[in-house]
Amino acid sequence: MTNSFAEFTDARLIVVIGSNMTHAHPVAATFVKNAVQKGASLVVIDPRKHELVDFAKMHLQLNVGSDIALLNGIMHVLIKENLYDKEFVENKCTGFEALEKVVAQYPPQEAARISGVSEKMIIETARFLSSIKPAMVCYTLGITEHTCGKNNVMSVANLQMLLGNLGMKYGGVNPLRGQNNVQGACDMGALPNVFPGYQKVDDPNARKKFETAWQVENLPDKPGLMIPEMMHGLTDGKVRGFYIFGENLANTEPDMNKVAKELASAEFIVCQDLFLTETTHFAHVVLPAAAWSENDGTFTSSERRVSRVRTASQPPGQARPNWWIFKEIARRFGQEWTSSSAKDIWDNEFSVLAPAFGGIKYDRIENDGLQWPCPTLDHAGTPFLHRDGNFTHGKGIFMPAIWTPPAEVPDASYPYVLSTGRRLYHYHTRTQTGRCEGLNDLLGEETADISIEDATVLGIEQGEKIRVKSRRGEVCVTAKITPQVPKGMVWMAFHFTEGNSNWLTNSALDPFTMTAEYKACAVAVEKI
Amino acid sequence: MNTNTLVLNNIEYIFEDGQTILDVARQNRVQIPTLCYLDGVEATGGCNICVVELKGEKDLVRACCTKAENGMNVLTQSPVVVDARKKQLKALLESGNHNCSIGSSQGDSWTAFQMDSIRTEQTDALCPRWGDCELQNLAYEYQVQWNRDNLPETKFPKETVNPLIIRDFSRCIMCGRCVAACNDIQVNRAIRMPEPSDSQHVIAGKKDVALKDSDCVFCGECVQACPVGALLEKKSQYVCRPWEVEKIRTTCPYCGVGCQQQLHVKDGKILKVTGVEEGSPNKGRLCVKGRFGFDFIYSQERLTTPLIKENGVFREASWDEALDLVADKFKTIIAESGPDALAGVSCARSINEDSYQMQKLFRAVFKTNNIDHCART
Repeated sequence: MTNSFAEFTDARLIVVIGSNMTHAHPVAATFVKNAVQKGASLVVIDPRKHELVDFAKMHLQLNVGSDIALLNGIMHVLIKENLYDKEFVENKCTGFEALEKVVAQYPPQEAARISGVSEKMIIETARFLSSIKPAMVCYTLGITEHTCGKNNVMSVANLQMLLGNLGMKYGGVNPLRGQNNVQGACDMGALPNVFPGYQKVDDPNARKKFETAWQVENLPDKPGLMIPEMMHGLTDGKVRGFYIFGENLANTEPDMNKVAKELASAEFIVCQDLFLTETTHFAHVVLPAAAWSENDGTFTSSERRVSRVRTASQPPGQARPNWWIFKEIARRFGQEWTSSSAKDIWDNEFSVLAPAFGGIKYDRIENDGLQWPCPTLDHAGTPFLHRDGNFTHGKGIFMPAIWTPPAEVPDASYPYVLSTGRRLYHYHTRTQTGRCEGLNDLLGEETADISIEDATVLGIEQGEKIRVKSRRGEVCVTAKITPQVPKGMVWMAFHFTEGNSNWLTNSALDPFTMTAEYKACAVAVEKI
Repeated sequence: MNTNTLVLNNIEYIFEDGQTILDVARQNRVQIPTLCYLDGVEATGGCNICVVELKGEKDLVRACCTKAENGMNVLTQSPVVVDARKKQLKALLESGNHNCSIGSSQGDSWTAFQMDSIRTEQTDALCPRWGDCELQNLAYEYQVQWNRDNLPETKFPKETVNPLIIRDFSRCIMCGRCVAACNDIQVNRAIRMPEPSDSQHVIAGKKDVALKDSDCVFCGECVQACPVGALLEKKSQYVCRPWEVEKIRTTCPYCGVGCQQQLHVKDGKILKVTGVEEGSPNKGRLCVKGRFGFDFIYSQERLTTPLIKENGVFREASWDEALDLVADKFKTIIAESGPDALAGVSCARSINEDSYQMQKLFRAVFKTNNIDHCART
């Protein structure tokens, strides 16, 4: 997030696109609702009429995967009617001409044709967005989990730059991160192209720096594989040893039948986890790890806030902290790492090596955490980025995008679009929430959410078992008929193995981010 | 510019326009007791506990909803004020099942109930909030005498039909804090105060239904807001006394908001989770998973020893055996096929320091950049 959760309550205009916040980020959603109660306006852009729509001034119920066309249409109107922030665009941005040229191809009529949102609504939205300043835009995986995910993100950023809504409080581009520490895992360099603190592996100076710090030679200079490439590598023997730490890939990756084949073909898999999972089934060695409350450490949230995690209980049996396990493997390769606690690792290694985190030390985050960038010990942290429109890379660059449809769209054989996501009462594949008393009682099975219209046509009753199938698999699942879902759409989650949406999802990837298109594929629905 | 000042218990304080007497008092650490007042929500003045005396005025006023005025002379603990609070506390205590055996009794002897509750603390006749109840604390502080021998009949049965929250209307003082928490803080709009035509208790849904049949999403904000024993967490009733509990601050392990939690721990076991009231970013709020999703760590299914697969079946192994096997296998693969034949996926749920170590293992030890995690999903 460029901005902070604390700003939600006092924001004047919040746009939520591709984010079912009341389920996936429930506490963040409460602050959005508080803002509306205090008089702020909320615009929801989502194919589903989810709970936040009840609080929205406008709901743009777009077709799945049409975000770029819709956003380009809105920008078309902003430019045509001279409603954009000319001063910000001229002084703080580059590439406006390129943007102008691309969005010229998306007059409201064309944007409406693709998105299903009416021309009138597109024009009204553009006018409304330009009438209140600043506005915060929040998005989640509804934007990123598409074959055009990167372009979706760029389009959101284009809109905010065009409106001059970046670099100030109550503005910004705000992706809400799905996991507690996905921001942190990125910051730590658990990515194939960067060292800790986003220092590039193909930069010789960065390599030199880490070679010195880690007392090693010849750090690899070629960016590594992303998860889908690793999985593919298992099948052709390019990847022979696969180390899976705390992920249940067998149920979370798209097209579970394909995933099972990939994992089954691996030569040697090590899993490090709290429980046996659908993924450890494929492992050759399983290492028992300490859990959340059995560790001292830190998490970094969506708003770049580094907060403490504290030990409250002891790990069971011989389960050990993960950092200890990695250190023990390094020792077996002849490297003696000196850090012997999470605090040592943060205070003496990471924060020393990553300049944007240099000012964050454990003794400074005893209570509230600090938001990076926080380069020095006297720095108070950064609640919002790009102050006054001064971007990290100088000027903000417009990256115009052409709309592309999802890789698989409905046809005669598979006439419905399946979109997927998370539900309130469980988290991902339930390895944790499925073992908490009470939560299974609140949600005990997967459902396929379908519209009232489609249920009527298909003769499906509430709670009836139905079959949903795609080109990759099929599930037998309970039907949930709901006004939240528009005609022609099926919506499912991935919390349970049985009825998991990933038996059906498409593994087609965004070419840049290699994120799969979880949000759109074609399915058929049948009565059983 | 004129400065606004008022006097609280003979000391002058500055205040800003719009502040209430309670705001000024709290800002300056002058104690005024409250029951229905909930931070961050407009005061209703329902409980009448925060009454204070204005010198020269006959009627007491409620500090929570009386705006501070220039030159006001406020007494927060005068005999009249104390007497009024005692009367109000007595009325509240006699209105429900407040059998908590505290405060001065009317006779000199202890009642059989008191003796019994001391002998068997775990009885469900005793209020589970004992020792952690704002009404009880005030009853003790003000040494309120009330009639505990004839507690009123319970008018509405306890609601226990959902898995997480118990509603015990017999101990509700109708302060409205749960309703404010649900409607004004979390904005789930599942519960409301009763209309005259309703049963006179806090109502869930339009038609007075059980929580599970209302719009309730079990965030538990109402339980955290409840000052008495009317709303309870099933998981934590009768498992601890507040003074036995150590509170440990931590960060929620679920979504990316980073809510600050207070773990209530006894003998190394987490019994309950609440939000850290002033903590950023959540300001005391939690969701259903943050509040009730902690007990997976005690599951009997936790892995407790390394496992090695032999002939398709896992067997238990020592750390040395398992780690030696992993290291040997990886060394062989590197020797035969180069370091890029290894790949690793880190965990976006675990602490930063774990991800740091794993990428360091892959880069500095194995010499490959094949390290990723679910960053983009």
